[in-house]
Parts: sequence; structure tokens; C-alpha cells
Amino acid sequence: MNKILVAVKRVVDHNVRIRVRPDGSGVETDNVRLSMNPFDKHAVEAAVQLVEQGDAGEIVVVSIGPAGARDVILTALAMGAHRGVLLETEARLETLTIAKLLAAVVREESPDLVLLGKQAVDDDSNHVGQMLAGLLDWPQATFASDIKIAADGIQVAREVDFGRADYALPLPAIVTADLRLNTPRNAALPMVMKARQKPLAVRPATDFGIDLAPRLTVERVVAPPERSGGRAVTDITELAKIIADAVTEAEIG
Amino acid sequence: MAVLVLAEHDLGALSPAVARIVAACSALGGPIDVLVAGQNAVAVADQAAMLAGVSRVRTAADIDLTAETLMPLLAALAPDYSHIVAVSGAVGRDVIPRLAAKLDLMPVTDVIAIHGPDRFDRPIHAGNAIETVISNQPRQLLTLRASAFPAPKLAPAGNAPIEAISFTGIAPLAQLLATHRTEGDRPDLATARIVVGGGIALGSAEGFRLIEQLAEKLGAAVGATRAAVDAGYAPNDWQIGQTGKIIAPDLYIAIGISGALQHLAGIQGAKKIIAINTDPAAPLMKLADYRMAGDLFTVVPALIAALG
Repeated sequence: MNKILVAVKRVVDHNVRIRVRPDGSGVETDNVRLSMNPFDKHAVEAAVQLVEQGDAGEIVVVSIGPAGARDVILTALAMGAHRGVLLETEARLETLTIAKLLAAVVREESPDLVLLGKQAVDDDSNHVGQMLAGLLDWPQATFASDIKIAADGIQVAREVDFGRADYALPLPAIVTADLRLNTPRNAALPMVMKARQKPLAVRPATDFGIDLAPRLTVERVVAPPERSGGRAVTDITELAKIIADAVTEAEIG
Repeated sequence: MAVLVLAEHDLGALSPAVARIVAACSALGGPIDVLVAGQNAVAVADQAAMLAGVSRVRTAADIDLTAETLMPLLAALAPDYSHIVAVSGAVGRDVIPRLAAKLDLMPVTDVIAIHGPDRFDRPIHAGNAIETVISNQPRQLLTLRASAFPAPKLAPAGNAPIEAISFTGIAPLAQLLATHRTEGDRPDLATARIVVGGGIALGSAEGFRLIEQLAEKLGAAVGATRAAVDAGYAPNDWQIGQTGKIIAPDLYIAIGISGALQHLAGIQGAKKIIAINTDPAAPLMKLADYRMAGDLFTVVPALIAALG
């Protein structure tokens, strides 16, 4: 295939223990470490591996967000993507808007394959790949744990509720990455330096004639109820009795 | 207006999650129809017709449960409904956002509480925050986390009419080649009342047999951490956590699990947690209602023996 488009998002780093603002307005993101959404790293890695195997030509990486989102594009460029596009906006965009903006980029770029992470670990939505496929009327394979090139397209293993299901998809197609797809590389310093020389176009998100206003109103954001610790048990017989009683309780409902 | 619930089913059996979300949908107002699509739709429709609160079951046996073929059917039915609701499982997560894009609606997914027809709670940041959203859209597309809603108390004894839908499906571009099932007749992990979970400390797939033995003894479902699945000790559909299955059992027994943030995200709804771990300072040991510090390879066999 000629071209792969990978969409990446900058999120609060998944190792950060987030804090909910006391006024209920959201999650604290000031002075918090931000990095590429972990699932998106798997998507970038999959694209880079396809290029290394000679199965794909160019990788275009796209992000949507504030100027600082350049950082995650640079990360992808350091991993091996060829050029970047940032659709810049300070607005809080919903997944439907993100999908529409990505569809506009796809129409300009005409990639053979679009790779995305299956969900972003901040809003945990798990929407954008499926929405993009719906907008473009392309086939989709979500929760991918393996991608192989086939004679007339790709073969994708999907992680589903009962185990695994393998699909054949013609191109162009949308694939969303699950964690077991691969092990993303850490870019070595020379690659990080080289990434800065690669083309990175910045365009205002308002350039596409797409309404960026959200459809949902977030009324409040609160922390979940905290669980308080319990008691240490040292005797196996006592533990067995606690479990037996809990099982009886669970069976009664 | 009315509510359409998309039924999840597998091998001719209605998912136990459907009874829960049908019961939860009574908070939306309006009659509730259940749509059963795909192979075995006729047999599954009989089970859905018995659920309390169902007005009508609609079947589409020729439409399979992939997003590509299911979406046009749901889009065609949408004008009759104020709410289209699916379980937050692999099928619902796959099709609802695709449908949403087609209908130009913003969906609300992984709902854990319904406050009214257009006001919902959903977890964000791996369950470390809960957002309440209000939708002023003409139609709501939802996925519900079955584990967040109780199973109905009443035995299913309804008798809703079953009507077949005539709908010419599209030929999907994606073709199913093969399925690989994880064998077992244990309870469904996402809705089980008792779950035994194992972590990387089990050391091997062989070691994981210990978890399975305890689960068998208790009639429990088996779960695993992401690390244990990544290491190949357990199949992927056993994974509990932010990116795996979300569970809310009455009893969760966590064995050799330290409690990574993304695992804790999947067990926040558990009513009672019992943890067994060598490290008494592990995060999950601190959260557990009961904790036993010790080597799992000694504790678990002794426990199985003590349970009789």
C-alpha cells in the first residue's frame, strides 16, 4: 500500500494519578505530565512495522488539539512516521467532531489504511475509529491484536468477548489497535533529533468548515466513592469461612 | 417515544447482560423493544420475549452482528425510537459509534447511571472520575455497562410478541475468516456474581490452573490482569481492567495481583474484595475488605482443601 494515516492524541500520561477539580468542572490538567495515548503508540508501531517490512510507503501522522500536541506528533515522527499534520484548536472537541475532522484529512490524503488507538485513556470513549469508518463508509476492524498483509487487502485478528475473531478486509480500511498488537519502540536520540527535521504542517481546525461545538453538556465531574481498607486474616480456616459466607450471600443476591 | 435495546447473544443464548440493561432502560420512559439480529435470532428471541418490561421483540436473522451490516439496520429503525441502547461489549462498542456518525449524533457510552431520559453518568480516566452529561439531541445512542446495573429480581415470565423485520442487508466488505473461542462453561465474566482473578505472580499458564480450580470450587468466573494475559498465562477475553472487561461481582477474590491503576479501574464496582498476596503493602491489599499475606502457591491449595 502507498500510504498509512495514523491518528494520535495527547493525553494525561497514564502513569499520573489524576485529580478531580474540587469545583466539579473537570480533571486537573495544569502542570500534569502529558504524553501520547498508549493505544496510539501501538497504532504508530504497527504502521512503522508495515513500512519496515516493505508493505507500505509513507506514514502521515495526524493530531488534533492545542499547539502542545506537536509533541506527540514528534514522538510518532521519531518512531518512524514521515510527516505530521496538526489541526490546531484550543476547544474541547467531542469524538464526533474529531472523526469529522479526520474524515476531511482522509479525503485530502487518500490513505489506503487508517490506524488509530482503540480508545483514548482520558475520556475512555472508544469512538473515533468506528465513527470515521461510518463517515467514510469504509470497513472497520476494531480491537486489533494482529495485522497481516493479504493478496487483496489485510487480515486482522480482533479481540472479542469470546476470544478472537479473524477478518479479511479490502483496502481502504480502518483498524483500531489493542494492546497486544505489538510492543511500541522507544525512539533513540538520533531519531528524536531527526524527527525535528521532518515536515509538520499546522492548520487551524476551523479551516475545514466543520462545526466544532459540542453536542453534550458536561454538568459535573466528580471523584468516585473511595473504598476503605479492610482487615488482615491469617488463618486459612477463617478465610475459607469468610469466602463460603460471601458465596452464599452472592448466591442469594 | 420508545427504546430499542440491541440484544447481545452467543451460541443461541441471550447474554445475561441484556436482562440488566432492559431493566435499567425503564428509567428512560416509553415502551422497550428488543432487537435480536444474526444467527439463532429466532431461538434467542424467545428468551428475550420472556424478560420483564419488554413490549416487543423484533428479529432480523439475516443480519449478522458485525458493525458494517448491523449499522444500516439500526439506522433504518432509528426514526421509531428516542433511545437506541446496546450492552458495552464488543458488539455494542463496535456498532454504536459507527451508527452515531451515520446519524450525526454524539453517543453516550459506558453509561453507569441513568438520571433521566437525557442525563447520564459515565466513567473517565479509568474510572478515576465520573462525568455527568446532558444530551439535548433528538435521539440518544447509548451503551450501558451491564455490571453497573443490578440483575432483575423477578424471574423472566413475560410474553412479548415476536415480529420479524424484513430488511435487505448490505454485503459487508469485512469478511469473517475464523473464530477462536476460549473453552469453558464458567459464568460470563462481565456479569458474574463471583470472580476469581489471577496476576503475573502465577508464573505460568500451568500456575493459572490454581485460579481455575478455586473458581470451579466456587462456581465463579475467572479473570486475569493485563500482565498475566500479556505473558500468555491467560486468554485475552479473561482480562479485567480499563481496557479489558469491567466487573462488579458481589465477591472478587484477587490472587497474586498487586493492583495496577488500569486493573483497579475494572473492579471498582466489586462489592466485597478478598486479596491474597505476598506483599501486604500492594495497592490491592490496601483496598481489600479482607487480605491474607502469604505465598499463593501455599495459601490457595490450602484454601481449596479448607473449602471442602
